[in-house]
Amino acid sequence: MLLATLVPVLQARAQPPLLHSERSLYRQVFVYGDNATRCLCFTRECRVGRQSCIDLKQPDRLMFEYTQMMLGSLLLIPEPRSILIIGLGGGTLPRALRALLPNAEIDVVEIDPAVIRVADQYFGYRVDAHQHVYEEDGRAYVRRMLRTLQRYQLIMLDAYDQQYIPEHLLTQEFLQQVRSLLAPNGIVAANTFSSSRLYSNESVTYRAVFGTFYNLKSANRVVLASNGPLPGIAEATRNAARYEAAFSARGFKASALLPLFKTGVDWDSHARVLTDQYSPANLLNGAEP
Amino acid sequence: MYRACLYLIAGWSGFFVMGIELLGGRLLAPFFGSSIYVWGAIIAVFMLALSLGYLAGGRASLLSPSLRRLALILLAAAATATPVLLVGDRLLERLSTALPDPRFGSLLASVLLFLVPTAISGMVSPYAVRLLVADRASAGHDAGKLYFVSTFGSAAGTLLTSFYLVLYLEVDQILLAMLAVSAAVGVLGLATRGPTA
Repeated sequence: MLLATLVPVLQARAQPPLLHSERSLYRQVFVYGDNATRCLCFTRECRVGRQSCIDLKQPDRLMFEYTQMMLGSLLLIPEPRSILIIGLGGGTLPRALRALLPNAEIDVVEIDPAVIRVADQYFGYRVDAHQHVYEEDGRAYVRRMLRTLQRYQLIMLDAYDQQYIPEHLLTQEFLQQVRSLLAPNGIVAANTFSSSRLYSNESVTYRAVFGTFYNLKSANRVVLASNGPLPGIAEATRNAARYEAAFSARGFKASALLPLFKTGVDWDSHARVLTDQYSPANLLNGAEP
Repeated sequence: MYRACLYLIAGWSGFFVMGIELLGGRLLAPFFGSSIYVWGAIIAVFMLALSLGYLAGGRASLLSPSLRRLALILLAAAATATPVLLVGDRLLERLSTALPDPRFGSLLASVLLFLVPTAISGMVSPYAVRLLVADRASAGHDAGKLYFVSTFGSAAGTLLTSFYLVLYLEVDQILLAMLAVSAAVGVLGLATRGPTA
């Protein structure tokens, strides 16, 4: 308990100056930065809540381990032609994907216009002819796209508000819709917390929709699942060799991700699946993990 | 017993309205998301419905008001809320396909699902005030007491639903439980003898 109060105080002293703050329709948006780094936070002093940071001296470097793990999806599907990213943040993931895959169609969905603006003004996020940002709720977008012929080979779920992932983006029905929006043998990569009271519930929910998945755990937990048979480690290793140089340029090793590709069950398999009927996400995350 | 029943009906009606409103957000989110438009639509419809209900309830109280009739109002509110439980999902599915816009889609969805039961619920408070008030001198005091009970019920409905019920129960289970309580309270109101007019 004492440690919990000390840590934010220490962090606060180390916090770079505030560059920008605004109150959006959904949350407060803060940008902290100095000459070295710049971060996007949804709470003052970045004490709790979503962060996206860039290294101003090496803007290509992926500072957060979770973004590195999310790119681990490329070890399962090395050349996705169509990518959907739900949740923009500072734009780290779409920017990295655009650099790695110059010809891919990238659709980014972000509910908060302030986040879109801040990503453009403070984090150098740019759209292009094959990259679009849709200011829309992620679930509404998925439902809308399901009615078209559009399907994605890679879908990344990275939607957070200041507490956690919104409840309606955690449910079995939503994940089923995401699965339906994947092209055959498409991959979904989802960023979640690695320890929380919801960990088992989320895990059984992903399991119920996708079957076996890769459970990459570090500071965060990234789910890598497939619409078809889950590619094996041998295939992932081959793709890692292909991306070794590109990932190194971004500050991490493709081969270092491989040991994280575990399929073992490390949760309570009797936990309740999260559904549209039952998804008390924000309540469970209000409590300590 | 008569006055207790009046307060019970008013308090429960307040609980019921807020419970449904909160669950409404949960019901609409899978179809329209949870953007500010969706919440705006829900709150707007509830406010409009209550305002119409207050007018109607005041009017209705002019025509031989009785506890029995108040109980019937409560039961009517529950009855018109039952479609939310029975066909809510299917209606939202069709509606969000036809009108995916989060603003107008969620507004129409809220109107179709929540306007009528909330408006009928809105009739309860002014009607109950009429039954409570014995003379003009105490009218404000009686109204204050009644609104205290009904709004306290609303606070309880908001808190219990969002803090506790969604943690343990499914949305449909909470809806069913609330409809059941409305039925029980309504029947109690029908069975309670009032003062002879």
